[in-house]
Amino acid sequence: MKVSYYPGCSLEGTARDYAESILGICASLDIQLEEIPDWNCCGATAAHSIDHRASIELAGRTLNLATKLPNSDMLVPCPMCFNRLKTAAWALNQDFANRYAINLQGALPRIWDLANFFATEEMLQSTAKHIKKPLEGLKVVCYYGCMANRPPEITEATDFENPQALDRIMESLGATAIPWPYKTDCCGASQVLSRPDIVSRLVGKLYDMAQRVGAQAIVVSCQMCQANLDMHQEKIGADWKRNFSLPVYYFSELIGLAHNVTGVERWLRRHITDPFTLLKQLNLWNNP
Amino acid sequence: MPQNTLTPDYHFLEQVETTGPFQASACYQCRKCTNGCPVTFAMDIYPDAVIRLVILGQRQAVLGCETIWVCAACETCSTRCPNNVKIAELMDCLKEMAVQAGVPSPQPQILALHASFLKNVKRWGRVFETIFLPEYFLRSGELLRKWQTGTWRAEMRLSWQMTRKKRFPMFPKTIKGKNEVRKILARRKQK
Repeated sequence: MKVSYYPGCSLEGTARDYAESILGICASLDIQLEEIPDWNCCGATAAHSIDHRASIELAGRTLNLATKLPNSDMLVPCPMCFNRLKTAAWALNQDFANRYAINLQGALPRIWDLANFFATEEMLQSTAKHIKKPLEGLKVVCYYGCMANRPPEITEATDFENPQALDRIMESLGATAIPWPYKTDCCGASQVLSRPDIVSRLVGKLYDMAQRVGAQAIVVSCQMCQANLDMHQEKIGADWKRNFSLPVYYFSELIGLAHNVTGVERWLRRHITDPFTLLKQLNLWNNP
Repeated sequence: MPQNTLTPDYHFLEQVETTGPFQASACYQCRKCTNGCPVTFAMDIYPDAVIRLVILGQRQAVLGCETIWVCAACETCSTRCPNNVKIAELMDCLKEMAVQAGVPSPQPQILALHASFLKNVKRWGRVFETIFLPEYFLRSGELLRKWQTGTWRAEMRLSWQMTRKKRFPMFPKTIKGKNEVRKILARRKQK
């Protein structure tokens, strides 16, 4: 299967672990990723906050590049990029589209949030076929964050208050996905740079609930959520006067682990909060 | 004679809605937005009040408030509004209006973050975090604040860990269509 691929800026930098795990599992599942040639930044929070027109036009430029590829599906791993591309695709089809100095130049591929793509019946079946080592004993909560689901008229999500994609993927890998109430509660995203106190409160609340429902780890599909939950765990624990020890895995890393794809160790080694001890305790880590 | 009477700006709502539609006037003050908002603890005016003040033409009050800046754009309010008021999008519109009108942000480092980010996009067409992050910390005064509060040690340790884990690439990936991106971003004057 060949699909178009929009990695987004952070997957070329701080979210290298996410990027590498996606390449790893797609190779093993025989999914060819064709990167949109010469794609640009979607503008992210910065553009939609202070330059609305640019936010649509930046994403619009990339959408036009995507129309030139023959693939009918486009995978977007970063929920922020996904959201901005979907927003532009929506806005450029409204009757006020003439506000923007860009037109869509062709039929768009279907824009997929990566987790939702891997949670289709077809992909779940093909993922299940490749399992070499089921993730038995691993109890996780799946954390979806905001942008893959909200607002639903843009994302076209139907289960936006209680999404299931990651839960389904985890169950299919043999792990236990514990239901919990904070699946789509915000982590504060880029406020981590400008108002770390806000992020500490929001993320601390997530850790607290994850522990209360008995999770050993948190599974995510967003590199911004992963960064906020993984990088500052010690500091947020100190703010909350608590000791949190919750590895934060990308769902793609856990697919890779269950499929025994080469490279899992390299991906996980890029995390800040120790991802290995738990896997060793559960006998899920065979790599030397 | 009443003191301190407020003068409404009757064109404000109309002006806001021309960049919408946000359906602000459909708000019947059920406060569902505020009840679901994860960052009300950091706000000076609650989201429902922002909408009300927009309807009442209180330009200064909304363009100068903290709320529009600390809004995390999580979209919970817009998703749950029973009247389809696009609250999060309205917050963005108000931030942009404030910037254009030269109203100083009560959260200058948040504005600095957005400005640094867009400057970075302008330079390469993509964000290069290895430059964007330190540049933001320097320009926003956040580095100074971290120095003064003593949190800089932890921050430096984290940056070092990230570097060692090769999560800060050495070189940016620039794109051929950089000039198209620059043109898009040049249409508005960034402050």
